[in-house]
Amino acid sequence: MTTLAAAPLTASEQEKIRADFPILSRTVRDGRPLVYLDSGATSQRPRQVLDAERAFLEQHNAAVHRGAHQLAEEATDAYESARARIATFVGVQPDEVVFTKNATEGINLVAYALSNCAFVGESAKRFVLSPGDEVVVTEMEHHANLVPWQELCRRTGATLRWYQVTDAGRLDVDSVQLSDRTKVVAFTHQSNVMGTVPPVAELVRRAHEVSALTVLDACQSVPHSPVDFAALDVDFAVFSGHKMLGPSGVGVLYGRQELLEALPPFITGGSMIELVKMEISTYAPPPQRFEAGVPMTSQAVGLGAAVDYLSEIGMDRVAAHERVLTERALAGLAEIDGVRIIGPTDVNDRGGAVSFVLRDVHAHDAGQVLDDLGIAVRVGHHCAWPLHRRFGLAATVRASFALYNTPAEVDSLLAGLQEVQRFFRVTA
Amino acid sequence: MKLEQLYQEIILDHYRNPHRQGLREPFDAESYQINPTCGDEVTLRVVLDGDRVADVSYDAIGCSISQAATSVLTDLVVGRTVDESKSTMNAYMEMVQSRGQVEPDEDVLQDAVAFAGVSRYPARVKCALLGWMAFKDAVGRAAAHGNGAHQSEAQ
Repeated sequence: MTTLAAAPLTASEQEKIRADFPILSRTVRDGRPLVYLDSGATSQRPRQVLDAERAFLEQHNAAVHRGAHQLAEEATDAYESARARIATFVGVQPDEVVFTKNATEGINLVAYALSNCAFVGESAKRFVLSPGDEVVVTEMEHHANLVPWQELCRRTGATLRWYQVTDAGRLDVDSVQLSDRTKVVAFTHQSNVMGTVPPVAELVRRAHEVSALTVLDACQSVPHSPVDFAALDVDFAVFSGHKMLGPSGVGVLYGRQELLEALPPFITGGSMIELVKMEISTYAPPPQRFEAGVPMTSQAVGLGAAVDYLSEIGMDRVAAHERVLTERALAGLAEIDGVRIIGPTDVNDRGGAVSFVLRDVHAHDAGQVLDDLGIAVRVGHHCAWPLHRRFGLAATVRASFALYNTPAEVDSLLAGLQEVQRFFRVTA
Repeated sequence: MKLEQLYQEIILDHYRNPHRQGLREPFDAESYQINPTCGDEVTLRVVLDGDRVADVSYDAIGCSISQAATSVLTDLVVGRTVDESKSTMNAYMEMVQSRGQVEPDEDVLQDAVAFAGVSRYPARVKCALLGWMAFKDAVGRAAAHGNGAHQSEAQ
């Protein structure tokens, strides 16, 4: 993710891209042009995605994988085509892609499937967690990649441990020694607060050395840089549609094929069965085994269109562009007296989530003044409360970039922060 | 500019120079409240003297709105009866939750009328209520314990 030779987007390319996103031309708060710097929370959607959803609903809508009429056929084709394109986008096979509601559900799916292994006999015995076993996470996780593991530990009696974060916002990979009792190592591909990209290859190597499963939270990496799960050699990975120009209500769980084949289901019901009798049922092969009920369809189709949109621009170029924005933001913030960046202050192994605090101004108050200027940032703990606690903070301001942001918008943020300081009479 | 309506001078004054800040002993009841969306927190103690609020002390981490609201709260309730405090609280809650639809009564709310602007920012209403939620909870606990049985940290 760090050695990028691709050229950043040119000014005319940026303009063309922005024109694809209708919402970016609206104004907020008494006529201010919107400066949307909250794509880490949710991204905006281009017309191409909105059109794909509408076209699907107007022409092909039906429940997928059931029914033999023409619409059912077309809907199933559209859904499975989206799966195939999304799989290619992240370097895996279509059967290794499970559609979920969002990334959170994907992580819960893995955690619950693992604890269900205790009830399915010999076939999944190797996955069973017991008291004394360990699940390892990191201190920089989003709650979505922490709480499900706390709950798995509670259900199984396993112990939760975590890699610590250094003062510079990097992961201390020596702060936990894995052992034969380590069964799962779950970590983010990019911190949603600090932008930190941990050393994935090293974490995977150490986990596999002790035969632990790896689970990668790729919510903040897949939308912003080229990602290949097969090359990363992770066992599971998740990401969300709405953070990558796609619809909400659809996420993806990647699982290594032999693992998905061995795991029992999480949610059960229609669609995911092989044979049903009154007494007992057997289950379909993956990915259907993990997609109970009528799935989201226009959302999956929309995510397929988002992937097409991103692929056409090229993820290496998206990453190069966002690197320019991040570099500019980091340099500008460093020049404002009273601003403290939380996390890496250079762009090495770092993505475009930039969090900071201002001396004598609470994050909420800073965000309110920025909002008044039309600048949308996130304030609070960004669902990473333990990370904030580790830095002795209750809340930070976070600007997060996407391919449609411009250097001028970064400058608006920097100017806005000076307005924040002026408003609250913080002498710089 | 709407921003000045939200951050009125009274609010910024209370934020910079909060009244009755700090936790004091003894006290009759304590409440700890948290705003899970932003991580702001307040620990607030009340001392009752019969049916009167004798003191309110607190320790808080939070934005200017939540800090100032808690400071103003102490001005409005200390020295008043519990019933008077509750009716002030109800008027205050009605105002900040009104989306700008309720004209506040300055005789009842005094400095707290400055928080009328908060009602136009739904995301900030919780900030303006955090200290009041703690006060409501603490008074309830104090009433449940009965008066005259002061607690201290050691207990």
